[in-house]
Amino acid sequence: MYYLTKNLASKISLLPMIIISLTVFVGCIIYSFIYSLTGSKLIPALNYVGFQQYERLFKSRKWDVAVENIFIYGFVFTIGCLVIGFLLAVLIDQKIRGESLFRTIFLYPYAMSFVVTGLVWKWVLNPTFGLEHSMHLWGFDWFKLDWLVNRELAIYAVCIAAVWQGAGFVMVLMLAGLRGIDEDIWKSLSIEGIPKWRSYLFVILPMIRPMVVTSIVLIAAGVVKVYDLILALTSGGPGYATTTPAMYVMENFFSRANLGQAFAASIIMFISVVCILAPWAYYEFYFRNKEAK
Amino acid sequence: MNINSNNFQPNGPRPKHLTIGRIGMYGFIFMCALFFLMPLYVMIVTSLKDMDEIRSENLLYIPKALSFYAWPKAWSEACTGFVCEGLKPGLINSIKITIPSVIVSVSLGALNGYALAFWRFKGAYFFFGLCLFGAFIPYQVMVYPLLKIESAIGIYSSLPGIILVHTIFGMPILTLIFRNFYASLPIDLFKAARIDGGNFIKIFFYVIIPMSTPITIVAVILQVTGIWNDFLLGLVFAGRDNQPMTVQLNNIVQVDYGVAEYNVDMAATILTSLVPLFVYFISGRWFVRGIAAGAIKG
Repeated sequence: MYYLTKNLASKISLLPMIIISLTVFVGCIIYSFIYSLTGSKLIPALNYVGFQQYERLFKSRKWDVAVENIFIYGFVFTIGCLVIGFLLAVLIDQKIRGESLFRTIFLYPYAMSFVVTGLVWKWVLNPTFGLEHSMHLWGFDWFKLDWLVNRELAIYAVCIAAVWQGAGFVMVLMLAGLRGIDEDIWKSLSIEGIPKWRSYLFVILPMIRPMVVTSIVLIAAGVVKVYDLILALTSGGPGYATTTPAMYVMENFFSRANLGQAFAASIIMFISVVCILAPWAYYEFYFRNKEAK
Repeated sequence: MNINSNNFQPNGPRPKHLTIGRIGMYGFIFMCALFFLMPLYVMIVTSLKDMDEIRSENLLYIPKALSFYAWPKAWSEACTGFVCEGLKPGLINSIKITIPSVIVSVSLGALNGYALAFWRFKGAYFFFGLCLFGAFIPYQVMVYPLLKIESAIGIYSSLPGIILVHTIFGMPILTLIFRNFYASLPIDLFKAARIDGGNFIKIFFYVIIPMSTPITIVAVILQVTGIWNDFLLGLVFAGRDNQPMTVQLNNIVQVDYGVAEYNVDMAATILTSLVPLFVYFISGRWFVRGIAAGAIKG
């Protein structure tokens, strides 16, 4: 009894967090997993079918496309954000004029919602009236920018929009890292006469590794969730060429009344997020603590 | 610029003469800026053109004749399916969702952070870890079970329903930033308040809250932009009568019976992003701090 009443106010005030963590964060995963083993259609039903839903999922052509897309998107988006973000951070770090103006410009897309980002790029990349049209009017008749209606390239249009939105965020993270570098390091680097680009690439970049890792983890965790952006930009099309796991899940939940399938797909999504996060969490919380000791 | 303090800076003061390299650098950064600004520019000029000009003229040119036809239409007449009320109801809904959600989630985050930083008990950090883990679970895994929970307590598809959802999903990050902020406060302050006889509630209201302004600003910025920009949760949990602006915007643009009016679409898009852009431009440094706080732990 003493254990319960000691520090009672604190326990009561943390009660919402405890309840939510258990029921929503843990409970929902257990719920989804249990029902992913059933043949639920329109309503959740407990008719156990083993791992059939998963088998069906992995045989589904659409899921294949979704997984392939998420890999392309994840790769291009992560690399794009990191490279452009780092490059912009380095440029901004060069004591340029109007630094805050440029920073504002590079970061403002991050304030916009995914829906807005998707719709804007949908208009800019519109094959009839968009940039292609502009280039034709300027006399570049050969210019082709039909990505949104091209099955192969539509996913890259999504990547461009996403990088446009997210690169500024990575820039801010990296810049924070760059600004934290000790001045003495720069002094000794310049005394050694090492060219700046090499200093950045081989000395500074490894030094801001925590920022790089944080950026990668945050970007990667966002990759799996991508939904609104694609819905606004391509609606998963042409056909289902730009569908993603998140879309597959939502479709099976809300328009195809195929709950079991949606649960199975969502569990796979969850597992993949864990696979991305686990090594990082291990490093951050376990390895680091050990290092500190 | 103070020359003395800059003499010892690693990169030296800003070079007085423009070298070729620096010109190239400015050129490159300028091109990048153009790429980042282009969509915003295109949005604005498209919303001010009429459809004839959009069809025949260059996307990147400024309007030949300003047309303000699109704006009132996007605001109060554009159709989403069968209803033609424009974005106005969406704006009102977004305000109705955002304000209470921000207040509830930030207050709860502050309380959680306070309890975790100063009133640890056995097991508290275990649940905190679980909660943080929740920040990384894809929404798609939780949407359906959460919907079931909400309909069981009878608030699914209503304003309290969507507010609860935003509170839940805002909790991990808000708890984290408040905890980290409070953990960085001098512990002696807390001890002194304890010796003076302060209890959990008193210390929170009289000592901690008055010191929390900076982190609260950060949290509010984070939540206002996050909730305003949310699409998925609003779509699923808010119900037909409370659909936020982002959902209505998507409906206006995607469900286009008859001729697509790109100028109306773009005006609607700008209207939807006004609030977060406004927050971004007035808060500037704070916004950066907000997202950095949301991103970097400890």
